[in-house]
Amino acid sequence: MIFPDDIKYTKEHEWVKVNGNIATIGITDYAQEQLGDIVYVELPDDNEIVTKGDAFGVVESVKSVSDVNAPVSGKVVEKNDPLKDNPETINEDPYNEGWICRLEMSDKGDLGDLMNAEEYEAFVSEEKE
Amino acid sequence: MKHTPLYNEHKKLGARMVEFGGWEMPVLYTGVIDEHKTVRTAAGIFDVSHMGEFEFKGKDALSFVQYLTTNDISKLSDNQAVYSLLCSEQGTLVDDIIVYRFNPEHILFVVNASNIDKDWAWVTSHKKGDVKITNKSGDFALIALQGPKAAEVLKKLSTSPYSPGVDGIDSIKTFHMSHATVAGVKGTLLARTGYTGEDGFEIFCPPEKAPNIWQALIETGKPFGLKPAGLGARDTLRLEMRYSLYGHEITDKTNALEAGLGWVVKLSKDCDFIGKKALEKIKADGLKRKCVGFKMIDSGIPREGYKIFQFIDPTNQRTNEPTHEIGFVCSGTMSPSLGIAIGTGYVPAENSQMETKIFIDIRGNKRLAEIVGAPFYKK
Repeated sequence: MIFPDDIKYTKEHEWVKVNGNIATIGITDYAQEQLGDIVYVELPDDNEIVTKGDAFGVVESVKSVSDVNAPVSGKVVEKNDPLKDNPETINEDPYNEGWICRLEMSDKGDLGDLMNAEEYEAFVSEEKE
Repeated sequence: MKHTPLYNEHKKLGARMVEFGGWEMPVLYTGVIDEHKTVRTAAGIFDVSHMGEFEFKGKDALSFVQYLTTNDISKLSDNQAVYSLLCSEQGTLVDDIIVYRFNPEHILFVVNASNIDKDWAWVTSHKKGDVKITNKSGDFALIALQGPKAAEVLKKLSTSPYSPGVDGIDSIKTFHMSHATVAGVKGTLLARTGYTGEDGFEIFCPPEKAPNIWQALIETGKPFGLKPAGLGARDTLRLEMRYSLYGHEITDKTNALEAGLGWVVKLSKDCDFIGKKALEKIKADGLKRKCVGFKMIDSGIPREGYKIFQFIDPTNQRTNEPTHEIGFVCSGTMSPSLGIAIGTGYVPAENSQMETKIFIDIRGNKRLAEIVGAPFYKK
């Protein structure tokens, strides 16, 4: 399982990559593995204002439905529309091609609550037990 | 949690295990979609040892089973099996079962794992006549070998069926069975039954020998593309065929006729059975609601418990018309074979015609769907 160290992680298994004021968001390798074959993705709306913790997207596998929660507050400025036709991209490449959306952050302080790669890896191995 | 005799095999194969009816079972090995397609195109093996087996022996075995279940077991030949139901006096479902008739004095039920205790209490409390009922659930492991290559794999496995009148695997017809030696294991029962819509066999064997047969199937099946398959694929395969699953399409609150199982309720058989009176009345009065299959037209996947809506005026098909709640979803998934989202649900009988447009409430959005016939998946 991969835990890139240039991104931040949430306890709900989203990842955040920060570039200036823009946060790119996706679900982690562990999350996609737990879900199994992803067959449907519901993306947030353009310009949707989200608050940290909001369920603003949905990822579904054959068997289950999983919310994507906003790791930070902000406004949706871009989303990964090709996922609608190829949701399995999240399984194949969760940290790159499988990104879900980009937020313009309203409070960069939100990032302080997120885990780094080492912390997240420890969190996952605890959850597995 | 209980473990089947194949638990260690699942662990070795790296299966993801989940709780199901008190059992720790494999939900998938490689992935649901891959396993599903493997069963449709080659062959898969499922551990279904968690299911229960009840044996009925004695001179009144047949008449007692006729009283317990809705199908007509007197019409079966020996070594034949049939899908049947245990109904309550109200005509609601206690369980759905497969009845295996060896002869009129020796009959076996296979019941759902989650219903073993309830069914056992039900069956024993209704006991009539000269019949000995034994709960054999712990005496069998059960492996389902399913898929178009199933028979070929079995032949390679030096399988020799030996019930009277049986000469080789091809002579076991669909829903028939034979005692057999499978992969050197004596005393197995080989039944050409299953829950996937594909050709296949269910192999009943002594629990301690189950790993031998399992491993032999994997080894011998490899050149045929055989893979182990989990409960995830078992569910998508059965749903594509519109087979009912207890706890979803059928429960103790749904009657056999509204569930669409009238074809296994033989009201005309020449004996009484539990639920007969109620089901005759339900039939005479007409059904209030029906279990239907539907496919999504809009995007989204229906899931158990989602509400079903319809236009207040069903003849008006404009999408901007208000809708009202008419039913609920029993099962739903993305169909791996068809690539579309499908589901089952209960709707009022007057709204149950094919091609009727309905709406599924998916997280607050009403998404268009259409009622379709069974099965979803046709060869």
